Amino acid sequence: MTERINSAWSPSLREVERGLARRRISRRQGLIAAVSSILVIGTLIAIVVSSPGWDVVKKTFFDIDYGREVFPTVISGLWINLQLTFIGGACIGVIALGLALLRTTKSPALTPFRFLATAYVDIFRGAPLILIILLVGFGVPALRLTGISSNVIFLGTVAVVLTYSAYVAEVIRSGILSIHPSQRAAARSLGLTSGQTMRYVVLPQAIRRVVPPLLNDFVSLLKDTGLVSILGVTDAVRAAQINASRTFNYTPYVVAAILFLLITIPMTRYTDRAIRQRTSAQNAEGAI
Amino acid sequence: MTNVLELVDIRKSFGKELVLNHLSLSVPEHTATVLIGASGSGKSTLLRCINLLESIDDGQIFLDGAEISDPLINVDEVRRKLGMVFQSFNLFPHKTVLENITLAPIKVQGKSKEEAIEVAQKLLKRFDLADKADQYPDRLSGGQQQRVAIIRSLAVNPRLLLLDEITSALDPVLVNEVLSIVRDLKSDGMTMVLATHEMGFATQVADEVCFLESGNILERGSAQEVLHNPKNPKTQEFLKRVHQAGRL
Repeated sequence: MTERINSAWSPSLREVERGLARRRISRRQGLIAAVSSILVIGTLIAIVVSSPGWDVVKKTFFDIDYGREVFPTVISGLWINLQLTFIGGACIGVIALGLALLRTTKSPALTPFRFLATAYVDIFRGAPLILIILLVGFGVPALRLTGISSNVIFLGTVAVVLTYSAYVAEVIRSGILSIHPSQRAAARSLGLTSGQTMRYVVLPQAIRRVVPPLLNDFVSLLKDTGLVSILGVTDAVRAAQINASRTFNYTPYVVAAILFLLITIPMTRYTDRAIRQRTSAQNAEGAI
Repeated sequence: MTNVLELVDIRKSFGKELVLNHLSLSVPEHTATVLIGASGSGKSTLLRCINLLESIDDGQIFLDGAEISDPLINVDEVRRKLGMVFQSFNLFPHKTVLENITLAPIKVQGKSKEEAIEVAQKLLKRFDLADKADQYPDRLSGGQQQRVAIIRSLAVNPRLLLLDEITSALDPVLVNEVLSIVRDLKSDGMTMVLATHEMGFATQVADEVCFLESGNILERGSAQEVLHNPKNPKTQEFLKRVHQAGRL
């Protein structure tokens, strides 16, 4: 709309007055916010620092020198988490898309697969991830199947992929179901088959709609890769645990937490922004 | 004159509600059949049944002499011969105007991309939309969107065009730019079945006007007969109400 702004315009006297009043109000509000923040945060810090156990906590959780010492091992563990997240994420995307398509298809030939996909989603969405990790991590090697690796990183990834595929499939399916039937009617009346309608008309719109919730799941995935440490994978959590149990100083846990946050906080901020943009785009779409 | 479309004794219900009842209709080649009637009289359902978007409970539908109400028919092949334009445009919001138009020619008819684009651009130029080819639908006015939707259905060279109250969602000022396309198509000899509330327009294009009431054609004939000298009291009553609303 920039072309509509008239460069010769100068504010009227009344507008100048209103501008000053607005600035006064926002200054006042800024002051209130600052005072209230200092009060609340200061009180919280005071409570923690003046607690009887603070000195011990400070030594065992916030030992900066020890933190520096364990930093390299924790960050090399974090590298495992990141690898797991990206490789797992790619597998999850493919499997989840397949599950979502199977669950929304009406093709009679695929009926048994639709049934299986529904059962799969019910089971893996309903069971705690940590149980799936334990069952896969200890159960699969016990089968002694030839050709299946008993590498804990591999098995841990499989368990995470199994569970997250079920979550993500449901998100994609909800996106598919959110596309108005009139879009399908228009595509079909042009002679597109149901498969072509899904591929060229429904799915592109559905995926665009579910990108923000999928980013949310991606953040959760990164955090939940920490759970594979129970199989003995030396990820960031496990690396911290090893160091902590060696010295009975828990600073490594804090280091690991901070490292996770350094990655997840920017990701969640980005997701929030994507959701906001998506919402305003949807509002602009109006009746469509 | 051969009949492009032949409906014999159609019956359709949604649950307990009977929407179409003993409805028969013949549409000869190069003619326009206009369906009028109050909302809920079955006009849209009739068009959706012809397009096989709804299945009928009884009766037969023939397209160029072949029964398309046969459950063994390939519905995708039938729909390739039919164009449909909806009240709410239903353009694909994630595709540009050009992509909306070329999707079916490329994917359904197997045309090359260049060929499909050439046809699309010719049509866009003919209907004064050449400069909108690369825009997304949400950037267009309602009238422009509906004109693109008409072009999209024309791009596959349909044997029969079905138009479902295509101006009902439009601002009165935009109605005419859409209707003028339909007039053009009519003079090209396109066979059409259309549902409309625009009686003046119906008079201009209709070879036959059918008045629907509760799923039946109560009166049919030329525009002159049905719209200006209706015999049936219910037609008279309907037209009087339309007249009061200022649409005649």
